[in-house]
Amino acid sequence: MSTDVSTPERTTGKPAKTPRSERARAEARLGWWLAGPAFVVMLAVTLYPILQAFFDSLFSYRLTAPDDKAFVGLRNYGVILTDSVFWQALWVTTVIMIVSVVIELVLGFALALVMHRAIKSLRGLLRTAILVPYGIITVVSAFAWFYAFDINSGFVNHWFAWLPGISEDTNWFAHQGTSLFVIIASEVWKTTPFISLLLLAGLAQVPTELEEAAEVDGATWWQRLRRVLIPNMKAAIMVAVLFRALDAFRIFDNVFIMTNGSNGTTVLSLLAYRTSIGRLEIGLGSAISVLLFLCVILICFVAIKLFRVDLAGARGER
Amino acid sequence: MRRRTRALAGALAAAVLVPLAACSSESGPPTLQWYINPDNGGQVEIAKRCTAAADGKYRIITSILPRDAAAQREQLARRLAAKDSSIDIMSLDPPFIPELAEPGFLAPMPSDVADKVTQDVVQGAIDGATWKGKLVAVPFWANTQLLWYRKSVAKEAGLDPSSKPVTWQQIMEAAADQKKFLGVQGTKAESLTVWINALIEGAGGHILTNPEAPADELKLGLETDAGKDAATIIGGIGRKGLGGPGLPTADENASMTLFQGNRGSFMVNWPFVWSATNAAVEAGTLDKSLVDDIGWGLYPQTVEGKDSRPPYGGINLGVGAFSKHTDLAYQATECIVGVDNQAYYFATNGNPPSNTKAYDDDAVKKAFPMADVIRESLQKAAPRPQTPYYNEVSTGLQETWYPPASVNPLTTPRTSTDLITAVLDGRKLL
Repeated sequence: MSTDVSTPERTTGKPAKTPRSERARAEARLGWWLAGPAFVVMLAVTLYPILQAFFDSLFSYRLTAPDDKAFVGLRNYGVILTDSVFWQALWVTTVIMIVSVVIELVLGFALALVMHRAIKSLRGLLRTAILVPYGIITVVSAFAWFYAFDINSGFVNHWFAWLPGISEDTNWFAHQGTSLFVIIASEVWKTTPFISLLLLAGLAQVPTELEEAAEVDGATWWQRLRRVLIPNMKAAIMVAVLFRALDAFRIFDNVFIMTNGSNGTTVLSLLAYRTSIGRLEIGLGSAISVLLFLCVILICFVAIKLFRVDLAGARGER
Repeated sequence: MRRRTRALAGALAAAVLVPLAACSSESGPPTLQWYINPDNGGQVEIAKRCTAAADGKYRIITSILPRDAAAQREQLARRLAAKDSSIDIMSLDPPFIPELAEPGFLAPMPSDVADKVTQDVVQGAIDGATWKGKLVAVPFWANTQLLWYRKSVAKEAGLDPSSKPVTWQQIMEAAADQKKFLGVQGTKAESLTVWINALIEGAGGHILTNPEAPADELKLGLETDAGKDAATIIGGIGRKGLGGPGLPTADENASMTLFQGNRGSFMVNWPFVWSATNAAVEAGTLDKSLVDDIGWGLYPQTVEGKDSRPPYGGINLGVGAFSKHTDLAYQATECIVGVDNQAYYFATNGNPPSNTKAYDDDAVKKAFPMADVIRESLQKAAPRPQTPYYNEVSTGLQETWYPPASVNPLTTPRTSTDLITAVLDGRKLL
C-alpha cells in the first residue's frame, strides 16, 4: 500500500488547479465507499451521544423527577467550575495520567528493547509473557491489586513488613498518597505492555543499517540510543504517549474498585458516574462529561500541535 | 461455500425470530418477573413455592440484581424511569423506596393487601415500607444490628450486655482498657450512614427533621445535642484507634474478621455474622471455642438510660407501576411474605422475618438462638431518613463524617449540614 491515501481528502477540499485524472477520482470514490459505512456508524455512536449530552447539560434534570425538568442554560457549568470538588478531581486525574504515562514509557521502552533484541527462540515466549497483564480485564486486575494490598486479606503487608514504613497495620486505602500509589502501580502493571508493543513496532521500523553505521563510527550504546534510535522512532513514541495519556485520563475501573473515590482519590470519570448514574442528575452529570470530553480534546490538540504527533507517519504511510 | 452461507443465514434468522415469536404468543399462565437481590438461593425457592401454590394462576420467574444495594437502586431507577413493563415485583432496600414511590414508579397497593401484609409485622418494617402515610411496599424481611461481644472481654470489664443494655462509652472504655478493638463500620459507604443514623436516633434526634419535604426545604437535625453525641462517639473511636488500623476501610465483613481475631471485643453487626462464623467453624478455619465465647445483646445506647434505636435494614417488595399484571403481582407478594416462607428464609438464608409469628418456628429457634433479641431489636429499630433525596443525604454524610478520626463534635455537624444543604439546592457537587 504505497499509494498516497490522503490524496482524495486534499483534492476534494478545494478545487485543484490541474484536473484530476480518472484514476484519482475513482480512488476517491472507492475511498468514500470503503470509509463511508464506518463513518456513518461513527456518527451514530459518537456524535449523537455527544450532542445529546451537551443538550442535556443545559437542563436541571433528575431521572426520578422527570416533570421538574427545566432549562437552566449554562448554570450547571457554573456550579461545576466553581466547585473545589471538580478541580480536585481534575488535579488527581492529571497526576495519575502524568505519573503513570512517564513510568510506562520508560518501562515500556525497556521491555520493547528486550523483546526486539531477544534471541529468536525466546522471542515468542517473552512477548506472550509481557502481554499477559494487558490481556486481563481491568476490573479483574483492579480486584487482584485491591485484595493484595487489603489490610485484612492482603499479602503485601505480610511480605514487605521488613521495609521501613510498611507494617502489618499499614492501611493502604486509608490515605491519599498510598491509595494513589496502588492505583498507579496497577495501572502501570496493566498497560505497560500496550506501550511496549507500540514502541516495538517503532523499533522495528528503524533500519538496522543506521545503527550499524553508528556503531562503526564508534558511537557508544547510549549515543546510539539517543541520536539514532529515538529520533527515528519519535512518531511511534508520540503516538504511544498520546494514546496512553488519553486512556489514563479516563481512568475509572481501578479507582472505582479500590477506593470508590474516598480519601481524595476521586477522578473525573468517577465524578461524572457518581453524578449521572448515582445521583441520577442527568443534567449536572452530562455537564461533567462534556467538560471531561473538552479536556480530552485539549490533550489531543496539545499533543498534535505542540509535539507534532503525526498519526499518518507512525503508520508508515509517508 | 454458498450452501454454508445460506445455512448460516437461516440459522441467524431463526435465532432472531424464534424468541420474538415466543414473546408474541405467550402460552400458559402469565409470567411475573421478580427482580431479586443476590442471596443464598432463598428467593428462588420461594418463587418456586408460590408458583406451585398459585395453581396455574401465575408463574414467578426471578432475575438477579447487582450485588450491592446502591447498584440495585441504580438499575431499577433507570429501568422504571424508562417505563420498563418487565418489572413486576422487585426486592427493594428500604431507604430507596421513597425515591421510587414519589414519582409513581410503584403501583398503588390495594387496601385489602395492605391490611393483610401488615398483620403481626414489626413496626420498623412497616415504617420502612411507608411513604407519605401510605404503605407503598410489602414488608418482606427485616434486618437489624445487634451488639455482639466476646464473653471473656465483657466479663473482665464487668459488663453483661445480654441482661442489661450497655452504652457506647462503656464498650469504648472496656476495649481501651484491655487493648482490644471494636468492630464498627468506618468505611466510606452506606454502612457509615447506618452507624451515624443509629447513634443520632439513639440520642433522640433525627438526621432529617422533615424528610417528606421537597429538596430545597429539607431541614437537617445534625447541629443538635444528638448530632454532637454521635460525632463524639465516632470521632472518639477513630482518634483513639479503638476500631483498629483497618477502621477507615472496615465494612461489615471486615469488622467480623476483626471481631473473630485475637483482639476482638465488641461489634455492632447484622445477624449474618452468626451463620458466617458457624460456617467458618464447620469448615475448620475458626476454632469451636470462638463460638462459645460469642454473646449478643441489644444495640448499645448513645445516651445512658435512653433506649437505643438499632439500625433497620432488610428487603421490602415493590410492584412496578408499569407491570401488565399488577393485581397478580400483589397476590404473589402476599404469598411470598407468608409466615412459612419468612421462617424458611430466616432458617436457611439468615435473613430475619418482618412478621413476628415467623419467630415461633422451630427451625428458626434452632438456627438462631438470638431470634428473640432480633425481634425485640426490630421493634425498637429506626429507619434511615425516608426521603426521595436519600442518596444525596447519605453520600453527603459519608463525605463529611469520614475518616472517623477526623470527626469533631464541634465542627462536623455544621460542615455536614452546609454541604448537604448546598447539594440539595444544586449549588455544589458531591
